[in-house]
Amino acid sequence: MIPELGYGATVAALVLALWGAAAAVMSARSGSAALLRSGERAAVGAFALITACIALMLYAFLTFDFSIQYVAINTNRGTPFYYRITALWGALEGSIVLWSWMLSIYTLIVVFQYRRRQPELYPWVLSVMLGILAFFLLVMTIPAPPFERLTPIPPDGRGLNPLLQDSGMITHPVALYLGFTGFTVPFAFAMAALIVGRTGEEWITITRRWTIIAWYFLSLGLLIGGWWSYHVLGWGGYWAWDPVENAAFMPWLTATAFLHSVMVQERRRMLKLWNLSLIILTFGLTIFGTFLTRSGIIGSVHSFTQGSIGIFFLGFLALALLGSFSLLASRMERLRAEGVLDSVVSRESMFLLNNLFLVAAAFTVFFGTVFPLLSEAVRGVKISVGAPFFNLVNIPVFLSLLFLMGVGPLIAWRRASAENLKRNFLKPVLAGFVAAAALRAVGVANGLVLTAMGLVVFVASTIALDLFRAVRARRRSGDGWSAATWGLLLRQNRRYGGFIVHLGILVVALGVAGSQAWSVQKEVTLDRGQSAELAGYHVRFDGLSASEESNHAKVTGAFTVTNGGAGGDVLHPAKKFYPQDQSPIAAVDYRLGFFEDIYVVLGDFANDGSHATIKVQVNRMVSWLWMGGFVLTLGAALAILPDARRTA
Amino acid sequence: MKASWLKWAIPAAVVPVLLLLAYGFKTNPHDIPSPLLNRPAAAFSLTTFSGAPISLESLRGSVVVLNFWASWCVPACYDEAPALERTWREYKDKGVTVVGVDVQDKEEAAREFLAKFNHSFPNAPDPKGRVSVDYGVYGVPETFFIDRQGRVRFKVVGGLTDETARHHLDALLKEPS
Repeated sequence: MIPELGYGATVAALVLALWGAAAAVMSARSGSAALLRSGERAAVGAFALITACIALMLYAFLTFDFSIQYVAINTNRGTPFYYRITALWGALEGSIVLWSWMLSIYTLIVVFQYRRRQPELYPWVLSVMLGILAFFLLVMTIPAPPFERLTPIPPDGRGLNPLLQDSGMITHPVALYLGFTGFTVPFAFAMAALIVGRTGEEWITITRRWTIIAWYFLSLGLLIGGWWSYHVLGWGGYWAWDPVENAAFMPWLTATAFLHSVMVQERRRMLKLWNLSLIILTFGLTIFGTFLTRSGIIGSVHSFTQGSIGIFFLGFLALALLGSFSLLASRMERLRAEGVLDSVVSRESMFLLNNLFLVAAAFTVFFGTVFPLLSEAVRGVKISVGAPFFNLVNIPVFLSLLFLMGVGPLIAWRRASAENLKRNFLKPVLAGFVAAAALRAVGVANGLVLTAMGLVVFVASTIALDLFRAVRARRRSGDGWSAATWGLLLRQNRRYGGFIVHLGILVVALGVAGSQAWSVQKEVTLDRGQSAELAGYHVRFDGLSASEESNHAKVTGAFTVTNGGAGGDVLHPAKKFYPQDQSPIAAVDYRLGFFEDIYVVLGDFANDGSHATIKVQVNRMVSWLWMGGFVLTLGAALAILPDARRTA
Repeated sequence: MKASWLKWAIPAAVVPVLLLLAYGFKTNPHDIPSPLLNRPAAAFSLTTFSGAPISLESLRGSVVVLNFWASWCVPACYDEAPALERTWREYKDKGVTVVGVDVQDKEEAAREFLAKFNHSFPNAPDPKGRVSVDYGVYGVPETFFIDRQGRVRFKVVGGLTDETARHHLDALLKEPS
């Protein structure tokens, strides 16, 4: 019964989305309010139906309804309660349901927020969003139906991929998809602005907050993905330039460029064409990312089946990119810049540079990701480029971006005077050099790390100096220190929210630089009672124990870790044996620290517990990545508060 | 006067990228040849679910279809199961043996699977996963075609179809023994 209900709801939602998109267009053409209301009701109906699909799917998971193929593949009777819920988005079909659901929520919010406020743009926005929603519903109807029946009904299911049975999998896809789908809103407004011909700053002002929300969720999704990789995969890293990671990173890069370049348009009425192109690219890359990871054109270890889904996504990508870029081309006359670049030493030129670097980074990541395909098409050989390529190209780019992050926000618009430069940058530059010299003096020899740390101190100083001056100015009007600071943050929330996000990025940058340069590891086989030493830590092998968990068997090691004279801490790295998986899964154990984590992975072992091979890592400054994510959250929250100055 | 066609360069620039991606459909990223191809197949000896011993050595001289499966392998193993049985019935009198190896499974569930599809060819559990490790099985189902000289000749990843089985077997049977 559930499969039929679910399929029926999907088809009905598809029909509603298509009707809603068409009705909105007709109402824009004819001015008919009734048609527009009908389109809105269709949007509400589609949301309700997709919600029903989610509810049905959850019910099927919780009741082990193995007559549904998706349930049988992604759960079994031993799957714990929470993972039966997250199994919903554990594979392709369910992810598309989640994606559609989020998109329908964004559409609903747009309806309620803008139906009265933007009479000219709104019908087109609604139409574009419902059109995109219709595409995902089409995917749910034809190439990837989540409610596909399975006959004969197996006695038990296969079970969720063990690597996905982790708390990170509860939040990571949700954050990522909120980011991906969120870019639909600025994209839809951009398209509406082009169609209507209102190519000024309006669409940018309206969507500024939406873009920040989407960007924030995407950042969070990337960081949680790194955390998942770090504590689940057991190789001690958080980023590997894997195609799946790159797929999420590319739209992040272009969206970051977009967030900055729109400020130039708002302020100087330049870069109109560029901004529209960036949002089209960002939206296109979110679709491309899904295409890449789901179509099977680039090797992905988990899928054996290559259905027709790739063709659907490619078709949609072609439609979206060709359609929106053609629209852009047809409106070219209206996109001339009204302002001109007055000087190379100005904020707008710094933002241009920032954009250049971000887009260059996105391009190199794109190039590296599709390289296997390119080399096969051109030379007939499949060659992958790995982390060395990405690092080689991107490290200089990211260091340059760090530098611009210090300069951009404080340099004057139009043309910076020598006085402006000296006032804002002399002390921070000195601070950066002093910091780098101090690190050199205490023995840091790695040039890249010195550069990165010096730049971080430079940028942090520019922010601190600016904040200090602004607070001091407000103090003159009689506020205390804390009242002055709060007043400033809230009154200029957009500016200081941005600064706090920058600080978050700096903390992440320190984490990346420190962990790449200073982490150490060794692999060692220990007899019971024997110890190994790494970077001041002593790790003693105390024994093994076996246990039977609800859906897997587990062998757990006990290792006492001491550091100097401090009392021992016992770590329990384990190996999990899932019946549905060929190779056992390592469950790492670790202690996170402010400056360093101790991280132990259990390798091979003797069945009698007499000896075991372990990998011990002392990972330095990895925690800064997660702390940076926290700071980023604060900054983004501040930046999306209603703009006090504009409404005042 | 700027050429007005120039602006169409922007959408046109998208086309080569799309073509490259479309080309991707023609290629198969999983199509990584097994290093075992054209090498002697690893020897194995197992005990079937019905208690009979079976080994590669004892099958020397006939073409062997070695299929790795599991009852939890939904849906691919369920999809290919009828095709395997049909292949066995069609070719067993032509010097072909189909052998199923059940990987990391519960015995009860495996027996249920065999009963459901009326499998009449020998099927054996691989209790310690040794045979699947020897054959470098990455996931189930995978099927190896072993020629009369005991060399691995073809490997099929994912569900086997009647056509693929027939194609490979006819080729192997045509070779002089």
